Amino acid sequence: MEPLSKLLHQSQKRLLQMHFESGVGHIGCNLSCLDLLMVLHHRIMKENDQFILSKGHSAGALYITLWSLGKLKEEDLKSFHGEHTKLSGHPAPNGLKEIIFATGSLGHGFSLANGLALSKKLKKEPGRVFCLTSDGEWQEGSNWEALIFSKHQQLESLTLIVDANGLQGFGNTKEVAGMNELRKKFESFGVSVEEIDGHDLNAIEKALSANQKGPRAIIACTTKGKGVSFMENKMEWHYLSLNGDQYRQAVEDLEKS
Amino acid sequence: MRNIFCETLIKHANDPSFVFMTGDLGYMALEPLRKAAGTRFINAGISEQNMISVSAGLASQGFLPWAYSIAPFIYARPLEQIRNDVCFHDLPVKLVGNGGGYAYGVMGSSHHAIDDYGILLTLPNMRVFIPAFDSDIPPMVERLIHLKHPAYLRLGRDEKSADFDPPPYSPWRKILNGEGPALIAVGPLAGSMLNSMKALNSNQRPSLWALTELPVTFETIPAELKADIKSSNHLIVAEEHVAHGGAGEMLARILLLNGEAPKKFTHYCAQGYVSGYYGSQSFHRTESGLTAETILKDLKK
Repeated sequence: MEPLSKLLHQSQKRLLQMHFESGVGHIGCNLSCLDLLMVLHHRIMKENDQFILSKGHSAGALYITLWSLGKLKEEDLKSFHGEHTKLSGHPAPNGLKEIIFATGSLGHGFSLANGLALSKKLKKEPGRVFCLTSDGEWQEGSNWEALIFSKHQQLESLTLIVDANGLQGFGNTKEVAGMNELRKKFESFGVSVEEIDGHDLNAIEKALSANQKGPRAIIACTTKGKGVSFMENKMEWHYLSLNGDQYRQAVEDLEKS
Repeated sequence: MRNIFCETLIKHANDPSFVFMTGDLGYMALEPLRKAAGTRFINAGISEQNMISVSAGLASQGFLPWAYSIAPFIYARPLEQIRNDVCFHDLPVKLVGNGGGYAYGVMGSSHHAIDDYGILLTLPNMRVFIPAFDSDIPPMVERLIHLKHPAYLRLGRDEKSADFDPPPYSPWRKILNGEGPALIAVGPLAGSMLNSMKALNSNQRPSLWALTELPVTFETIPAELKADIKSSNHLIVAEEHVAHGGAGEMLARILLLNGEAPKKFTHYCAQGYVSGYYGSQSFHRTESGLTAETILKDLKK
């Protein structure tokens, strides 16, 4: 996957630059899901497919992915998190065709994706619906309502991707409210589950292209702060913004990888 | 009202954009609609949050979804879904709450909806419809179908006497002439007010108006109602809703803003649970002073 690796590398650096210049945090959880978003958008999604970012705090990774597709311009990224911007810290209703729903409060996206998939089913329209949630987000009860619904309604076009980086806002997910084996829980709802390395581009592509009927879930095991030595698996990078030295170090780390 | 609502929707069930979701309620009422709508009648289960977001997803793809439950369950639990997923995106999801106000009576406070439209009207793009009479339902459903915005329909019980034939549907209707104060009754209360007020002498009798759509704007208040308020210098608002966020507050505000505030304003509204005891809808209305008898007594003072 040579060409995508190169583009991914550029995108990681552009993500860091955007967060550094805007002084915005949430970098760790953007880096954990960027590989997933890039493979999904560049290799998997076709014209009739739809995507919902349920973990709205990874808006930066989504904006960068859309930039890498040519859907957002440099000047758009420069406005990120500023005044008079369309690119707020969590996606807001902003008229972008690719951002069907604003998110930011956890536990909404998967239900919204259920609605899109139900629409396809009722209209007998082609296409797939993808939704990316975090792992901590599965502490929200509404997600389980959506999981029951997706299976009961046999929403075959629906694929759930969980960015399982193991860390959440105020601790380690296992320590905060452990969901001991999300996989088994999903399976007990009748949903087929695949667990993958969320940074192995080939594994992501293979899992997402699988010709299996949904609803299905892909639990992508990821690393918060992936690629930046001092951020990896550090909870504080859910919030912190980069200072100049840290930014230079982070870029150096990415260049070495 | 629920049966007429069901009958009316059946007439629209063949429209390809029609989809009806229920949060597992509607037993002994919605079965004919289920039959008529087929796969586009979906029992979403006891999961209001998911039901609202799914409805938003459907609406974003061109459907006109109706999301149904009993009134207390359709707006409070899934409020964030209504705000973020429906209202922020200005999607035409139609929320339907059966049994607004104290309608579920002695079922208890969990089953009452006395703060429903006040809460919902704080949200962007939201409109509220509170039919007063059974015959309001077909024209209201027609309006709701053509309304490309979020809306809440609060169903109650037609309280008018059988011999009264309401004027054609309009958000504002004068249903009784009188030389007394201007009395605005929200939704079905208009019927019971009419029953008690019509026998009064014309000098005492209020001019009674049924209000069935919110929010109201100053511009849409009929000139005749403005004249009624002006001539009596007394406005009375009666609604089965708490004071905060209700139609009374809304009307007082816009009349003040426009320099047309009457000298006297009386607000009859839901007072919550005054004694801490529970009973029928009528029991709670009486405890709240929300009855025609209370208003008549006050008028005679």
